[in-house]
Amino acid sequence: MELNDLYRDVILDHNRRPRNFGNLDSADASVEGFNPMCGDHLTLRLKLRDDTISDIRFEGQGCAISTASASLMTEAVKGKSREAALKLFDRVHQLLTDDAAPPADELGKLAALSGVREFPARVKCASLCWHTLASALKAADLKSLPAVSTE
Amino acid sequence: MNNIALAETNRIFDVAAARRHFPILSRMIHGKPLVYLDNGASAQRAQSVIDAVDDYERHHHANIHRGVHTLSQEATAMYEGARDRVQRFINARSRSEVIFVRGTTEAINLVAQSYARPTLRAGDEILITHLEHHANIVPWQMVCEQTGAKLVVAPMDAQGEVHLEAIVSLMNARTKILACAHVSNALGTILPVRRIIAAAKARGIITLIDGAQAISHMAVDVQELGCDFYAFSGHKMYGPTGVGVLYGREQLLDRMPPWQGGGEMILQVTFAKTTYNALPNKFEAGTPNISGGIGLGAAVEFLSGLDLSAAHAHEDALLHHATATLNKVQGLRIVGTAPDKASLVSFVVAGVHPHDLGTILDEDGIAVRTGHHCAMPVMDFFKVPATARASFAFYNTFDEIDRLALGIERARKMFV
Repeated sequence: MELNDLYRDVILDHNRRPRNFGNLDSADASVEGFNPMCGDHLTLRLKLRDDTISDIRFEGQGCAISTASASLMTEAVKGKSREAALKLFDRVHQLLTDDAAPPADELGKLAALSGVREFPARVKCASLCWHTLASALKAADLKSLPAVSTE
Repeated sequence: MNNIALAETNRIFDVAAARRHFPILSRMIHGKPLVYLDNGASAQRAQSVIDAVDDYERHHHANIHRGVHTLSQEATAMYEGARDRVQRFINARSRSEVIFVRGTTEAINLVAQSYARPTLRAGDEILITHLEHHANIVPWQMVCEQTGAKLVVAPMDAQGEVHLEAIVSLMNARTKILACAHVSNALGTILPVRRIIAAAKARGIITLIDGAQAISHMAVDVQELGCDFYAFSGHKMYGPTGVGVLYGREQLLDRMPPWQGGGEMILQVTFAKTTYNALPNKFEAGTPNISGGIGLGAAVEFLSGLDLSAAHAHEDALLHHATATLNKVQGLRIVGTAPDKASLVSFVVAGVHPHDLGTILDEDGIAVRTGHHCAMPVMDFFKVPATARASFAFYNTFDEIDRLALGIERARKMFV
């Protein structure tokens, strides 16, 4: 268990300068995620054109892991189809929770999240934004999305 | 370092000797000696507490009361002996006033449901303060929903202090219950409970004090305080989890209906009518946490064997050292700076989220609590999502506080 493995440079960078951070005007979907254990809270907003995520932004309050994970996620799914984004959700979820997960080379920067697995208390920090996104992408009605909670 | 060690040896309280009673304190965490600064969440167990529970489990376990066989009689004597020890420790008038419960939370819920719910009418008021733990907010909100009573919240100031005048000015003819913390778990503020209770009593208001954070840090004499109810948990006073105490004035407890029905709390049951048992059993339905009660008794005995005023003075010195040391850390802000505080420090560090700080300190073997401390209204008031909290016990040292400060510096360098 190494701290440097959790707080890799990519994570520290995305925590310091989160990408796609802020409000998104005229979003097609807005969904909130909460981690009631620690008070983390984020709002995810996205625009969908046809079935593709054409834009996505987030805002809220969270630790470095939660902020960096959301920042990396928005970068990774922008321009992806609903289906491709949900596939990525499954893959990241596996990366965060499954010790037998295959190497994450194909995930690019997202591979930096694999260090979280060694810190069970922090897995929810990294997965909150992904669960929030998945709930939006799986919803039939984008207009009234219930908040997502890690508990 | 040397001068700190010297300063420590000059104190009357022998920290090294106190530490030897707690086997867990010699543990290594990630290759470093454990620095346990999460005592506000749960304090560690003394060897004598561990031994008492072990002895009961190995040699004396049986269900208590009503058993004519040897084990049951031994277990009953040990369990009821613990009640006597608690009675003496808090100076209750009678052992009937010591109700064993699961913890502070259950104690407050018991009073809310068994005293407040049958008593309150629509429009009555329950007065609490802004710095309460959720356990001293939610049970009252539930009673308000059930009865139409209103929850009134006395404000705190920017230091996290609740002033007597602020509470008194909210007391009126509709105020029926005053419930407040003795010590704030999120801020460390010590409330002027003696004067608050006196003001409530003068107006005929029933008082409940949440003593979860106070019981291990100061002498608690319920008769001297004059409160109607006082609640605390075993595990915050070096005893086991899952056991705690509701002290209540006998006159009130007598009038209150039982909270839960079942075995133990009855004298006679027919399908037509049940006669309730006398105090304290009336409020102790079902088989209780016997080993927990015995462990709590052992914790009380352990504490009674310490020079408690010297232990508390050492905790005060720890608070002052921590306040001075942490204030020197760049970007660190202490949340809760009331003049009268118990030995805990809640803080935030600019650029470092409390959860990241908690993880990084853990790598150094340092255990602190991070989060909202079950006091979300306090976090909202100070406009922080969470804080880190170092809460001290008499077995903590100045050196441990210095290690905490070094760990925070390390985290700051990583993030800022």
